[in-house]
Amino acid sequence: MSLTPDDVSRIAHLARLELTDAERAAMLGQLNDFFHIVERMGAVDTRGVEPLYTPLAALHEVASRLREDVVTEVVGTGQERARHQASAPAVQDGLYLVPKVIE
Amino acid sequence: MNGAPAHAPALVRGWEVVIGLETHAQLSTASKIFSGAATAFGAEPNSQACAVDLALPGTLPVLNRGAVERAIRFGLAVGAKVAPMSIFARKNYFYPDLPKGYQISQYEIPVVQGGSVEFVLGGAKRSVRLTRAHLEEDAGKSLHEDFHGMTGIDLNRAGTPLLEIVSEPDMRSSAEAVEYAKALHALVVWLGICDGNMQEGSFRCDANVSVRRPGQPFGTRREIKNLNSFRFLQQAIDFEVQWQIERLEDGLAIEQATVLFNPDTGETRAMRTKEDAHDYRYFPDPDLPPLVIAPEWVAKVRAELPELPAAMAERFQRDDGLPAHDAAMMTQSLAFARFYEAVRGASGQPKLAANWLMGEVSKRLNAEGLEIDRMPVPAGALAALIRRVGDGTVSHNGARQVFDALWARAQVGLVGPADEPAEAASLAAIDRSIDELGVRQMSDTSALETLVDAVIAANAKSVQEFRAGKDKAFNALVGQVMKASQGKANPAQAGELLRRRLEAKG
Amino acid sequence: MAGDKLTGSVAALGRRLRAREVSSVELTLAALARIEGEGRPLGAFLSVNAETALAEARACDQRIARGQGSPLTGVPVAHKDIFVTDHARSGLPSTAGSKMLAGYRSPFDATVVARLGAGIAGGAPGAGMVTLGKLNCDEFAMGSSNENSAFGPVLNPWDRTRVPGGSSGGSAAAVAAGLVPAATGTDTGGSIRQPASFCGVTGIKPTYGLCSRWGMVAFASSLDQAGPLARTAEDCALLLTAMSGFDARDATSAERAPMDLHAAMLAARPGATGTRPLAGLRIGLPREFFPAALAADVGSAVRSALAELETLGAVLVEVSLPRTELSIPVYYIIAPAEASSNLGRFDGVRYGHRAAQHGDLLDMYRKSRSEGFGPEVKRRIMIGTYVLSHGYYDAYYLQAQKLRRMIADDFQACFKQCDVIAGPVAPTVAWRLGAQADDPVKAYLADIFTLPASLAGLPGMSVPAGFGEGRMPVGLQLIGNYFAEGTLLHTAHALQQATDWHLSTPGSPA
Repeated sequence: MSLTPDDVSRIAHLARLELTDAERAAMLGQLNDFFHIVERMGAVDTRGVEPLYTPLAALHEVASRLREDVVTEVVGTGQERARHQASAPAVQDGLYLVPKVIE
Repeated sequence: MNGAPAHAPALVRGWEVVIGLETHAQLSTASKIFSGAATAFGAEPNSQACAVDLALPGTLPVLNRGAVERAIRFGLAVGAKVAPMSIFARKNYFYPDLPKGYQISQYEIPVVQGGSVEFVLGGAKRSVRLTRAHLEEDAGKSLHEDFHGMTGIDLNRAGTPLLEIVSEPDMRSSAEAVEYAKALHALVVWLGICDGNMQEGSFRCDANVSVRRPGQPFGTRREIKNLNSFRFLQQAIDFEVQWQIERLEDGLAIEQATVLFNPDTGETRAMRTKEDAHDYRYFPDPDLPPLVIAPEWVAKVRAELPELPAAMAERFQRDDGLPAHDAAMMTQSLAFARFYEAVRGASGQPKLAANWLMGEVSKRLNAEGLEIDRMPVPAGALAALIRRVGDGTVSHNGARQVFDALWARAQVGLVGPADEPAEAASLAAIDRSIDELGVRQMSDTSALETLVDAVIAANAKSVQEFRAGKDKAFNALVGQVMKASQGKANPAQAGELLRRRLEAKG
Repeated sequence: MAGDKLTGSVAALGRRLRAREVSSVELTLAALARIEGEGRPLGAFLSVNAETALAEARACDQRIARGQGSPLTGVPVAHKDIFVTDHARSGLPSTAGSKMLAGYRSPFDATVVARLGAGIAGGAPGAGMVTLGKLNCDEFAMGSSNENSAFGPVLNPWDRTRVPGGSSGGSAAAVAAGLVPAATGTDTGGSIRQPASFCGVTGIKPTYGLCSRWGMVAFASSLDQAGPLARTAEDCALLLTAMSGFDARDATSAERAPMDLHAAMLAARPGATGTRPLAGLRIGLPREFFPAALAADVGSAVRSALAELETLGAVLVEVSLPRTELSIPVYYIIAPAEASSNLGRFDGVRYGHRAAQHGDLLDMYRKSRSEGFGPEVKRRIMIGTYVLSHGYYDAYYLQAQKLRRMIADDFQACFKQCDVIAGPVAPTVAWRLGAQADDPVKAYLADIFTLPASLAGLPGMSVPAGFGEGRMPVGLQLIGNYFAEGTLLHTAHALQQATDWHLSTPGSPA
């Protein structure tokens, strides 16, 4: 199987990337090169094989460790919030500003 | 399975309405589902969003035990399967109130599977099946009031634990949807897993609505988002149903869509479709290993589960002999039920206790906009008063006056839930009030006899009519006795005495 | 000459510090001078803070004076710039080698940074190393040549026309050039082992879950692991012991008792003798790790190292990892899939690059991300988005995760026949700058020997094993079973006691 320019545009939109025509053309070629390597993978019979989503599951059953329900992080409107927002492109009154959201 | 309900659904202009609800209940944890930040409502912008909630580079989620425990409680209460292993997945999309670019939710394997919610609709028992309930994180808020033509983002709410409760499309009218939502709301509050505050968005519904001709397969549904009051839920569904029917009768098709309800106009309108909503690229979150719930944990939660409203109502009917309606009223909330049990226990008068709670007490609470847990008159005092009604010391009217006095005094802090007097003490206190208000019923027979004789003497005409067999005349005479006693006579006692005297003189 | 003070291993420097033969301030000044001097053209450092480094050094000297020094106290270190560092404390930005995070001020330290540091880490004092600055790397750790850094490439100290490898290229080059005795790195598909091999230093990627990922800018969450790069196995043991251990902030962190890897490294094997310290150690050689395509110079260097191990008592056995080649597509499906999601947070809203010129919200997202991310990162986001998108998940992501399980099982089969697996780290020595710029997919193929252990979450290390074409270093890869870091370090240490490949430096005569 091989990708079409439309696929590339659709994926770029999903990923919120803006590609120039040149980038899109190069990307199409590179993705198709890549998926050429991937084809071998599809041929393997994996019926009945459990996916290994996290490596240690290969060693023993892994279970999410749980946090006790206690407040450990206090932010407030002072220095801590300021530190969080030190690299924010646009803030006002502690709010992050973005172009108007229309629902 | 078509999810066809047991009863024959009422049709709207020959169309069957099909409704399924997705309810988001904010869980009442102290901290967020994946971070140690507080969940309290209404704080200053981004003052309760920690590094994890802001998705700062290098941060990771760790699951809150309290959120899981509440999900288990819910699962057990609705008779669902609590999954021994469930998976958190990432739902990927871009939105400014979604800091990570994905929402951590449960997709293929939710923590609560199946179950059902029972409620009464028009006197009939109804049951709505649940598909699932899963844990997920809430998003932040976009503040649309203008900031130089920009939108402000507050992420305090981001990471608040949500239980998304998904019903089967089992409901057939807006009224049924509202009753289901009310029952669900009462249940999560009863269980103490959600504060139920709908104004603050702690409990919000999305309604999936479609219509079809009876016997036909489901029509195309539209999803009404974020309904945060039962009234809006009803209005939105009713408008949506009319809109869909008109469209279909005009020969137009319904397109699957997400719609918003505008409370001001009472109308629904299709949302400016969230970009590529159809492709969330779900996959298991590699930061969170599977959620494993041991049977011991489920057993522990089951043991700590409070008696559920339905079971409690049955008990009130069985043990207290309350009518079904009264029992339902007494179990409208856990606090109400607890108060009823206290009054019933101390007064030994279940039916009177129920009557008082449904009557005087509810009237006053509503008038003052109070919940039962803020009731100023202590259960013990009310119980004492009810005992006095029961033994005829005071009439209902008299008791009402005493109750008002107690309430007034409680509000100036003389009596209050805080200082609940011992039973004997509260009986004494009630007796004092009865006398202060001079509403004690006359139990002194000789005094009553004098009155009765005076009335007989003064009403020869009525007496004759009575002897002529006119019962109305007798009632008139009783009325006269009551009047002469300024209402303090016990009507039954007065009637009996009067009859005796009249027959004696016969 | 100032630099001389820096010569010697971390362990040696630690001993000299505690013996008060040298002060941490002197070492720090010497390192800073080197970084600003011969280090500059290498491009290994992205940021340096002399002021805070010297303050830390003074504090360490006092700790040592009070006799409270650990083996690492006062020794300079530098961190791959994929670890965030508290800006208020360190004055160092955290960039992940990306324009997207240029100048980013983190409000907290990565767990690894805190544990190695001179300050207080989660209530406990850190190991007491002095942080000099942050090291260059491929953008978001995506690459194997360090040419994907938004802040320019790193040059290989052995031959400045060649790449240092990646993504921890700055870390490997800085250690090789003697700018710093040790550095941290991260390894997702080989990003510690391959640059260590290319630059002739020792580096270890521990078992997944041994080091906390808290404060590591995420590339692929189910693969990312932190580890040290240094001159010797002993130094790696000292650093890894301090870096590793359970962290409640990372739900994938392994809940195990802390390991003293230095002690494990030194512990004698049953049946070991002075001349045969590795007696009875079975070293498995997967035949798939020695294909015809393997460069001759690499092959012979690796074989000579294996011969050394044999003379030290090890037994070489042939094993098989039949899905070695498949690990390339499997890894390049899983890692980009996770990355495409992990990089979703870079939207120009709360931090990071926001396009100066943009229209509505959608346009702001697109322009900010397109300007902020480099070509390789975009390529992987595209691959990852595609393989997770509707209708493709099962064929790609799910299939890859199932193959990943099979690859992990293959390793367990091998470990029934051997204690350690050995082979080359990379098919060739370091290539020339720009050599693979035109064909990114070809570069993926060069990761073939490091990907299998990454997918299985097994510990792997690169140990200097001599030289190949153009006197470029060659690394021997050692792969151990889960949490068998001690065995790996013991093996590498034995080799380094018997050979001096790890002691040669770019300056030293051939």
